[in-house]
Amino acid sequence: MRYIFGRIVSAIFVVWFVITLTFMLMHAIPGGPFSSEKVLPPAIIDNINERYHLNDPLLKQYLDYLKNMAYFDFGPSYRYQGRTVNDLLQEGFPKTALLGLSATILALFGGVAMGVTAALKQNKMLDYVIIFLVTIGISVPSFVLATFLQYYIGYELHWFPPLGWGEVKNIILPVIALSAYPVAQIARLTRAGMLDVLTQDYIRTAKAKGLAKSTIIIRHALKNALTPVVTFLGPFFAYILTGNFVIEYVFNIPGIGQFFVTSISNRDYPVIMGTTVLFAALLVTFNLLADIIYTLLDPRIKLTGREGA
Amino acid sequence: MNIRADSFSPLPKDLKKAISERSATTFGQDAWQHFRKNYLAMGGLAVLVLIMVFSIIGPFFSQFDYASNDLMKTNLFPDWIHPFGTDELGRDILSRTMYGTRISLLIGFGSVVINLTIGIIYGGISGYLGGRLDNLMQRIIDIIFSIPDLLYVILLMVTFGAGIQNIFIVLGLINWVPMARIVRGQVLTLREQEFILAARILGAGTGKILFRHLLPNSIGPIIIVSALQIPTAIFMEAFLSFIGLGIQAPLVSLGSLVANGRMNIPSYSYALFFPALTIALLMLSLNFIGDGLRDALDPKLRR
Repeated sequence: MRYIFGRIVSAIFVVWFVITLTFMLMHAIPGGPFSSEKVLPPAIIDNINERYHLNDPLLKQYLDYLKNMAYFDFGPSYRYQGRTVNDLLQEGFPKTALLGLSATILALFGGVAMGVTAALKQNKMLDYVIIFLVTIGISVPSFVLATFLQYYIGYELHWFPPLGWGEVKNIILPVIALSAYPVAQIARLTRAGMLDVLTQDYIRTAKAKGLAKSTIIIRHALKNALTPVVTFLGPFFAYILTGNFVIEYVFNIPGIGQFFVTSISNRDYPVIMGTTVLFAALLVTFNLLADIIYTLLDPRIKLTGREGA
Repeated sequence: MNIRADSFSPLPKDLKKAISERSATTFGQDAWQHFRKNYLAMGGLAVLVLIMVFSIIGPFFSQFDYASNDLMKTNLFPDWIHPFGTDELGRDILSRTMYGTRISLLIGFGSVVINLTIGIIYGGISGYLGGRLDNLMQRIIDIIFSIPDLLYVILLMVTFGAGIQNIFIVLGLINWVPMARIVRGQVLTLREQEFILAARILGAGTGKILFRHLLPNSIGPIIIVSALQIPTAIFMEAFLSFIGLGIQAPLVSLGSLVANGRMNIPSYSYALFFPALTIALLMLSLNFIGDGLRDALDPKLRR
């Protein structure tokens, strides 16, 4: 319990660090957010700066920003007139969450299924096919894969729509592109874990007891084989979150990732900051959850803070 | 005890041969012997060498410049003069792919040099000096580590602005963290060993112990991490260029070529195909080499 409390405190600290870092970076950029537009009379620029509190002392801006963050208020967007960052995030979040969740499910089930199959058929044709797919999944960058899927499956074969959002068939290609890398990693880890576990004594005991093969694999082997997979969960969530940027951009899905990428070229600093902080907070939460799951699965790992403490 | 000169006699020649029959294998030779037997890694090495030759020497044999337009020859289908075709401004895609690969390789290998420098110094100091300083330095690393690199990289690129030297700076600022962790871990375990104690008794200073004794003994893990970071750096640069934050025209990288090819995709798919194939092959070969090096340099992983 004490360890979890400590972890929560450090998680809050990390989020504070990210908020401060993004704030400093965004204010370190030479020229205000409105200086790239066509030349305006100084009075108007002053007016705009006043409206967005850009004339306040930097420390006051920072404290105000921190205070608003505590209430989950990310401020107004500089580009989309009259809309707040919260509006944009709320609009994009369900799409991003659906995409991320589907990719997570596909990655976990697909990856584990592929890994187990490869391990059971070790050094047979199916094993080699899976290893080949895994290698492709690990090596080909997601945006290249996304573009390829979009072109060959979308434009050429017309199996699924290459762009857009709204129908079930729209989600297929983005989810495949997004989950290719985690599927490959999970399959690789599962295969290695299964091969390791299947030679152990307790599996032989289970076989000797006459248990069905499926029972042995699911109840006995898989549980222990998945431990390395759980350690991958932290990087996995990070990958799904940041992978969304480019997938949504390529497939033109109006989620948070796309807002993030377009706000970069628009220099819409509040959106960049808000998205970064949201992602950081989500990620820190997921990492915490992954750690807790890890201990539940493997009681040998004790969650102690520091040795002796 | 009484030892006289005639207590000793030379060994007969054939017996001498029998005693010292094998020469010692150095760490490098041992690793190379294992690496050589790994067909995937050797294949990766061959492909990487081919790609390097293609990108470094190739442009000297090409009659086309990567940046010069020819508006009479836009969007040509691949033929003998333009084996990869031309893009929407009539630029030869083969030349552009070769130059783009050059930039990607430069960033991949160059940023690893930066990571090595920062990571070794940071990790070495943190691990060797230990104590409160180590604790503080590790907390900093923990914070950086808990947020995905890509997020920092994007934020820093937004702040610094696009361009090749900023890519180096930003990748250098972020990617040293895994290196520092590995170096620290190695130093922590090694510094308690007897040979370090011996060196200290002989009067070696901190710097000498670190650079002459600790780091050479950690060379295996350092090489492994470096090898696996090259594809990461190449991927990050390609990603940045793909979303318009990386290499700026007229320079090209594989990422900006893929982004450019994507614009023309419905009608001119070859503009996408060749750069994408190159980047996939490059990543594949680098990953195989990295895995092979890990197996060869880490005796614990050997079965």
